[in-house]
Amino acid sequence: MIKIVKRDQPSRAIFFFTPVLAIILTLVAGGLIFFILGFKPFEALKFFFIVPIADKYGFSELLLKATPLCLIAIGLSFCFKSNNWNIGAEGQLTFGAIVSGGVALLFYEQEGFYILPTVILAGAIGGMLYASIPAILKTYFNTNEILVSLMLVYVSKLILDYLVVGPWSNPEGFNFPETRQFSDSAKLPLLFEGLRIHAGIFLALAAVVISWFVFYKTYLGFQMKVSGFSLKTAKYAGYKGKKMIILVFLISGACAGLAGVGEITGPIGQLHREISPDYGFTAIIVAFLGRLHPVGIIFASLVVAITYLGAETAQIFMQIPKYTGQVFQGMILFFLLASDYLLFFKIKFIGLKK
Amino acid sequence: MIIDINFIGLIIASIMASAVPLILASCGELITERSGVLNLGVEGMMIIGAISGFALMTVTGSLIIAIFGAMLAGVLISTIFAFLTQTLITNHVATGLALTIFGIGISAMIGKNFVGIPGKEFPVLFEGLKDTIPLLGPILFGHSIVFYFAFALPFITSYFLKKTKIGLIVRAVGDSPESASNQGINVRLVRYACILYGGAMSGLAGAYLSMIYTPQWIENMTGGRGWIALALVVFSTWNPIKILIGAMIFGGLTIIQFHMQAIGVRIPVQFLTALPYIVTIIVLVVISRDSRKIRLSTPSSLGKSFHKDN
Repeated sequence: MIKIVKRDQPSRAIFFFTPVLAIILTLVAGGLIFFILGFKPFEALKFFFIVPIADKYGFSELLLKATPLCLIAIGLSFCFKSNNWNIGAEGQLTFGAIVSGGVALLFYEQEGFYILPTVILAGAIGGMLYASIPAILKTYFNTNEILVSLMLVYVSKLILDYLVVGPWSNPEGFNFPETRQFSDSAKLPLLFEGLRIHAGIFLALAAVVISWFVFYKTYLGFQMKVSGFSLKTAKYAGYKGKKMIILVFLISGACAGLAGVGEITGPIGQLHREISPDYGFTAIIVAFLGRLHPVGIIFASLVVAITYLGAETAQIFMQIPKYTGQVFQGMILFFLLASDYLLFFKIKFIGLKK
Repeated sequence: MIIDINFIGLIIASIMASAVPLILASCGELITERSGVLNLGVEGMMIIGAISGFALMTVTGSLIIAIFGAMLAGVLISTIFAFLTQTLITNHVATGLALTIFGIGISAMIGKNFVGIPGKEFPVLFEGLKDTIPLLGPILFGHSIVFYFAFALPFITSYFLKKTKIGLIVRAVGDSPESASNQGINVRLVRYACILYGGAMSGLAGAYLSMIYTPQWIENMTGGRGWIALALVVFSTWNPIKILIGAMIFGGLTIIQFHMQAIGVRIPVQFLTALPYIVTIIVLVVISRDSRKIRLSTPSSLGKSFHKDN
């Protein structure tokens, strides 16, 4: 007999165990999908999760993909903790990249130490500006932030498309949809010879530290936590709800914008049509998988980054379609949400009574 | 310049055709939301419907199997959402997002073998009557059965919600699950049914896109229509008849793009493509500004989980 009992209190141990459980269940389900598709499940999983990170180059690629995911997810955790559903990080990333790319293009023939900080700052401001739209519309016009932030993703991608095809396209670029290459002073330095990992990773790590401090050591962090639990309580305590909504959106916009800067000033070095393989959406999963905790998000971003690499490797070696990555990402979130059931309910196995 | 009156008719008909998937998905989601469930997975369910319909049509050759198969696929994928949100009491927003990401991934995976295959011609009704009436002829006649169904659906939905007992139960569950439960209504069962129905309609909307509207499979071919359908539900303030109006506006914006380009208006194509999204935002702002009105028409328990302790 199986009996389901409600827990008196959500279990703390299970809170950190369920993400691991979700990953295990995803692997099992993934193996099953590979089997149905006619691949050897263990071999496929090996190509998906082990081969891509088996060497130095692979590990650098892993960090390269985990950096934007971690950065965006840290920003999103501010929103999600306080019950604000910003799901348009992809748009904020794109707009941040547009603004910082525009600034970088202004300096395209110049060198100087001041260029890179200006470009980075421009990206953060771009992301903040873009995130302020759903925030202001939510606070002053009562508009649903989910739909607004999402619609803005499509708009930002079209603006980028317009710019790289039209006014910003490289005059010597044979009409390719891309801008000029940025000058070296506008590029984030690479950390190791021959590897693509760049200094953007320090931005992500700084975000982790700062967010940890804000969440657990400041009054603002406390306010966010209370608002997340109960908006009524927050109101009763006299917190300035509107200000906080705008603030958390600005923070997450800045993070997404910085992730955009990392993408264009890191390995790419120019603006072109597709600067992000949906990092902004995937980071939502990272934020949840990391339990909205800064350290959890680091681990989660590494795990989810593997799905990107694994999808590429599996496509090359086994002709497994690369979208399997997205399927895995969706499954991780499904299983994570499902296993949260264990937080509140206990499953008891009771022997059959005679 | 003489404008051919039948040409205007054709333009209106093409606006209506592009409104069809929005009407179908929105009317489905409206029922789901009326029962108190917010399913953000419309985009994912639509794209699953699109690939299922197209794949079944190509493999079996039967349009009927394909259409119903697409609806069934929508039902199946929405079952995941229903199980998670209703049985395991997960957060509606997060689960819906997972459904969309998952759906887009799965559809691209299945669709890999169907890229570039030409679609089939879908039979249209009353083709011969098209030229009998000026202006109205092309508007009223010569469309697929799905087209007629879509334009009847808002009225059927409205009748269902207002005049039938089951419709009343759906509304009761959405507005006050506690009292409904006390009246002996199985809240969870009603919500399951409403979610699966929404899945079926989204699946049909997707199948319309891949089998009738642009008869071929293109990755990500729903292109945000699922999200616009969600916005339309808010726009309609949960009133099915208003979905019709909203869908026509968005259909119009889509069609205008093509004609503006055809006449050679010097507006960047990207701006025209962005127009429906920008207008969606503006419309949402205008509708939602009056917070009292929104609060009155929103199903009271929308997006909130309901758990009955045994």
